[in-house]
Amino acid sequence: MSGALTFTPAGIYCPAGDFYIDPWKPVSRALITHGHADHARWGMESYLATDIAAPVMRHRLGDVSIETIGYGQRLQIGGATVSFHPAGHVPGSAQIRVEVAGEVWVASGDYKVVDDGLSTPFEPVKCHHFITESTFGLPVFRWQDQAVIAAQINEWWAGCASAGKTAFLGCYALGKAQRLMSMLNPEIGPILTHTAIENTNAVMRAQGVSLPDTIQASADFDHKAHSGGLVLAPPSALGSAWARKFGPQENAFASGWMALRGIRRRRAGDRGFVISDHADWSGLLSAITDTGAENIYVTHGYTEIFTRYLNDQGWNAQVLQTEFGGEDAEDEAA
Amino acid sequence: MKRFAALFNAIDQSTKTTVKVAALAEYFQEAPEEDRIWTIAIFSGRRPKRAVNTTRLREWGAEVAGIPLWLFEEAYPIVGDLAETIALVLPPPSTETDHGLTHWINALRDLSQVEEPERKTFVLDAWASLDPTQRFLFNKLLTGGFRIGVSQKLMTRALARATGKDEAEMAHRLMGDWDPATTTWSHLILEDDPAAHASRPYPFYLAYALEDEPENLGEPNDWQAEWKWDGIRGQLILRDGDHFVWSRGEELMTDRFPELARARDFIPDGTVLDGELLAWGEDAPQNFNALQKRIGRKTVPKKLLTEAPVILYAYDLLEWEGKDLRQTPLRERRATLETLCKSLPDDAPVKLSPTVGFESWNALAQTRATARDAQAEGLMLKRMDSPYLTGRKKGDWWKWKLDPLTIDAVMIYAQSGHGRRANLFTDFTFAVWNGNDLVPFTKAYSGLTDEEFRKITAWVKKNTQQRFGPVRQVTPHHVFEIAFEGIQASTRHKSGVALRFPRMSRWRHDKPVQEANSLDDLNEMLKIYG
Repeated sequence: MSGALTFTPAGIYCPAGDFYIDPWKPVSRALITHGHADHARWGMESYLATDIAAPVMRHRLGDVSIETIGYGQRLQIGGATVSFHPAGHVPGSAQIRVEVAGEVWVASGDYKVVDDGLSTPFEPVKCHHFITESTFGLPVFRWQDQAVIAAQINEWWAGCASAGKTAFLGCYALGKAQRLMSMLNPEIGPILTHTAIENTNAVMRAQGVSLPDTIQASADFDHKAHSGGLVLAPPSALGSAWARKFGPQENAFASGWMALRGIRRRRAGDRGFVISDHADWSGLLSAITDTGAENIYVTHGYTEIFTRYLNDQGWNAQVLQTEFGGEDAEDEAA
Repeated sequence: MKRFAALFNAIDQSTKTTVKVAALAEYFQEAPEEDRIWTIAIFSGRRPKRAVNTTRLREWGAEVAGIPLWLFEEAYPIVGDLAETIALVLPPPSTETDHGLTHWINALRDLSQVEEPERKTFVLDAWASLDPTQRFLFNKLLTGGFRIGVSQKLMTRALARATGKDEAEMAHRLMGDWDPATTTWSHLILEDDPAAHASRPYPFYLAYALEDEPENLGEPNDWQAEWKWDGIRGQLILRDGDHFVWSRGEELMTDRFPELARARDFIPDGTVLDGELLAWGEDAPQNFNALQKRIGRKTVPKKLLTEAPVILYAYDLLEWEGKDLRQTPLRERRATLETLCKSLPDDAPVKLSPTVGFESWNALAQTRATARDAQAEGLMLKRMDSPYLTGRKKGDWWKWKLDPLTIDAVMIYAQSGHGRRANLFTDFTFAVWNGNDLVPFTKAYSGLTDEEFRKITAWVKKNTQQRFGPVRQVTPHHVFEIAFEGIQASTRHKSGVALRFPRMSRWRHDKPVQEANSLDDLNEMLKIYG
């Protein structure tokens, strides 16, 4: 494959600009779509990301050199013109547009097409070559409106509160947790957070993201003073010694994988709420259609099935082996 | 169906027994009586017959969803459930109906009488009017594959709570061969009508596996030991001049074992025996293989009746002279049983399963080691002064099985599971060495923890060499200890052997693939234990 972007053992590479997009091996220059660990890895000499994504990356990667760029701003890197466009996945997440000699590529990282009220909404970008994820690239995945899920979660929380139980909601610490917070009805009770989530909250608040009030449930936390609360925590923290200190409780998970009963039951929580920061089946297809691209490269997820379907429908699609997808079914936080 | 869907959600979503029982009890008080009956039937595995064949359902599902059939077929194994896959791919409902559970079941029963185009219209209309959970349940009823079981314990507890009756009585009432289409709530649950229940078996008392040392059970004198037979647990009922044979799975097997009809010639009416159905040899049980030929056969050819005649090896007496003996201590039940069996001629289809005498736990442990020679799986230990309880209760009955046989084998194929295990690789094929070749000899599905299944799934994804539909050939790398209860020669398997109850007992991270066992080792085991 030749063109503006090529695919190398270190990651997606632009020869004209001598940079990589979300590389998985250390390189000199990395353009980063968003701060999740499978896309923003440690060890690059320099990083370029959106101004909104950078604070969380600094928080996670430590003292690294990050240049920032605003959405839509154009930057010339060698022979390539580069710009970042909203991907709607988490705050600051971007699709990276690369143009070389009139040929336009878009690497979309992870994305969703619905507005979550927190991230800058997804923006379709016209291109010739589109690199897409397919985490939920099967027709069985179909998300309901966020308001419907919000009502389900609040109803469950209110039920827990009136039964004298603490509601535990397991979710991804970056993005999903903050999105869920903004969906909660604070009149039901206090919103409590695990340290991993509160750290991310602090970073986002400092950069001006508006989040509801939360209380960190640290080691010296007074559990009795916060009855009727909902605790947001990484899935691994549910049922831990820390969680058990809260007394009677119900556990729920918020993830796109909760759409499948088998996974829901394996998780053995009390509830599973179907909400994801990735596009569902129709979201993927509408995003791809809207780019106008003829050539589609499918990175992580149900790559083979999704690619076959795209080819069936007349696209020129192929599977791209990447090391993205820390959020597949094994992780079940997506 | 909304109420049934709400009940299903409450049961399916919660991991807590108290929540499930409360939801069921409420349903049994509030739902229409006919729906209650169907709910008991469905949750206890008495599901209605399949109304539409699954090939058509897949086609219609794909058609309504607007996706190619191949795509539907790819999604199905990932979801792991046909009814759920269809429910998920369909567009949201366009209308609404609120028929009850019984309405839908009757409609499905009538569906088998009509032509296919009409059937299709009915199914598509139903899909268009039901929300996703109801759709899923409708599809479950439609495919006759309703296996969303609620344990008998939960159901009887909920019924007891809803009616104010005794749990054991509820358990007894639910046993046997009742038809939800003709039974009423009042008849099944409330009324006292002994005549109608001649065929009704008692709930089986089930033993737990002994995990502690037997010394902790106390004085050997207080205990009775018997061989644990490898047959089918069964109950033989003689009442009202008739006889009934029930399996532990509550299947009526009277017609499958016609030899047992002769019991009526020797045993008086008003008798219920608990024991093991076994194929009988000259003067001892045959191995399970012999009985296997009889399982699943509704009618038995003469030749098989002489080759593998079935008897009930009786070890307990639950009813005698029309009286329920279950509260009588085992010691007394056994004495009456022995007197009864002594009076039987040698060719009677009921024999007494002997007790195994022992002076000390130590001596009994040595006897247990010889179980395979007696065609037994180990020993049963029963407290002499215990009543006959209902269901699985700890304390009075223990099974003390032999340690399983084991062999170290190499994983060569992996396939993803269904249901709770969808999306995980859980079904594996194992091989042993034959020179430089790996010969597959068994499959195994169980024995690993969820965490181990997750690990092996991630590994399989990265180490797939070839795909055959849902099956993946993987790099021979991982060695597992396979435990099994028995080994037989088999012409159906490439390796020439078939194992009984194979499962993964250990993941041998410590063993390199070259050190797995060989076909010679398996053949050696076949010689000794086969």
